[in-house]
Amino acid sequence: MPRLPTPPIPKVLQPKPKRPGQNGNGNEHGSGKVSPAEAAQEAGVTVVDWIDERTSLSGGLRWLMFRKVPHGNWFYTLGSATLFAFLSQTITGVFLAMYYRPDATGGAYESMRYIVDDAFLGQFVRGMHKWGASVMVILIFLHMGRTFFFGAYKYPREMTWIIGVVLLILTLAMSFTGYLLPFDDRAYWATIVGVNINGTAPFLGPYISDFLRAGPEFGATTLSRFYAIHMLLVPGLIIALISVHLYLVAKLGITAPPWTKPDEEPELDVAEV
Amino acid sequence: MADKHKKNLSKYTVDLNMPGAFEGETVTRRRFMNVTAQGLGGIAAAAFTLPALGFALGPVFSREPFEWQIIGRPDDFQPLVYSLRVIALVANVGEAGKSTAYIRKRDPAIDVEPEDEYNQIIALTSRCSHLGCPVEWVESASIFACPCHGGVYNFRGIRIDGPPVRPLNRFYTLIRNGYVYLGPMYSVNVEIKRFSNRDPGQPLDGIGQYLYPSRFSTATLPPTTNLPLPPAGIPAG
Ligand code: HEM
Ligand code: FES
Repeated sequence: MPRLPTPPIPKVLQPKPKRPGQNGNGNEHGSGKVSPAEAAQEAGVTVVDWIDERTSLSGGLRWLMFRKVPHGNWFYTLGSATLFAFLSQTITGVFLAMYYRPDATGGAYESMRYIVDDAFLGQFVRGMHKWGASVMVILIFLHMGRTFFFGAYKYPREMTWIIGVVLLILTLAMSFTGYLLPFDDRAYWATIVGVNINGTAPFLGPYISDFLRAGPEFGATTLSRFYAIHMLLVPGLIIALISVHLYLVAKLGITAPPWTKPDEEPELDVAEV
Repeated sequence: MADKHKKNLSKYTVDLNMPGAFEGETVTRRRFMNVTAQGLGGIAAAAFTLPALGFALGPVFSREPFEWQIIGRPDDFQPLVYSLRVIALVANVGEAGKSTAYIRKRDPAIDVEPEDEYNQIIALTSRCSHLGCPVEWVESASIFACPCHGGVYNFRGIRIDGPPVRPLNRFYTLIRNGYVYLGPMYSVNVEIKRFSNRDPGQPLDGIGQYLYPSRFSTATLPPTTNLPLPPAGIPAG
């Protein structure tokens, strides 16, 4: 395996050459004063060193961040775009949960009304979450299309693809469970229809819809069940699976575009991914 | 220690000259401790996973008790005209637990399915048997029409157009004490043969009745001996 090149350290972070007359500890000829900027830099390095000495994290970080990647194009950013859409959903979702109440007798709708009409920036955060949900679904499909049309699902990246399919299903599960939460008429009827659609799966369908509704009818705990699935169960699974997905991406490297000529000397460069 | 990997080693620890081995012992102490520790770990994990799973899956297997409810007097309903009643399907969820039913008297000229004490009054659900949207009775055309995907049912609630897969669900009804009682919902196939309550979208004709088994959670016919007494407040007609 070729040795990884040393990561390029930005100019500002590279140690400055010593001024003439300064030696190692800097106080032989000079005034012995350390400027605040130097002290701050020194402190930063000390902290990072302290952590790294105890965790050896820097090796892993370098392995993850400074990889050889082929000359790709903008389509290669779709995976990261999906990741950022997911992060945005996570952040806005956490803060929506501070105001939202999963109460089927009217509290849920009222708490959504409060978020949108009264809470400071509530409409914005809710809008981010609502539109971000669609953005994430669009991006995940585009990313899947990219990996499909570039043949990136082939050996040895089948696992990456399979985990991706599970991520796609989980993302759609997020969309489905989240749609009920505003608890207006559209949410209610869309969920009735959605639960009944999955009830049409032969043999197991009737039991799955009973599980989703927590009973044979849409009842008092259906909403809290959807809420728990939406904000705890599925996000946890997605986070775990994204980790594995990205580990595999880093471990296997990224596929070169299919138009890359095999006889060309592959031109590798180091990029921050 | 090359002989450790040799084949045909005796299974007795004594033969292997293990310190502290005793006659007839086959499981080494290291192996015993290994299995015990992992077994205990498994038991500990199961101790929280299984109850949590059961907790989440419980509603699939438990049956909610269903009560009869009074929907009026027999004379409130006519043979050829549907009246609308708002009924409670689930308690304590406000509007989300309510549904509407279309109710009329049985007319032997139209209702050719076998007669018994549960269908003297015919009560159809408004829940579309396609995917569950609320159907509406259109008097002028004498049909039930669904706003979602264009399902259409005739006067008896049998599908005549659109995507629904079976007739509208019905409710058991009883006439007792001079009042009409509404019981649990049931599903029917195109001959109005009764099946336990199925969700919309699940056909009951042909192979459908085998593909979509009945659920543990749907109410069977509750006992008819303890019907709630009619409250004095209900006006007679
Ligand atoms: C939450 C959803 C997802 C996230 C955050 C995510 C993230 C990523 C990222 C950041 C990459 C690096 C390369 C690139 O961006 O193109 C990648 C690669 C890949 N993804 Fe995803 N992904 C997701 C869903 C999916 C889905 C639905 C599929 C397909 C079914 C998929 C299949 C792949 C494959 C095969 C690769 C390897 C590409 C290569 O080696 O060139 N991913 N993913
Ligand atoms: S739900 Fe009635 S036609 Fe689809």
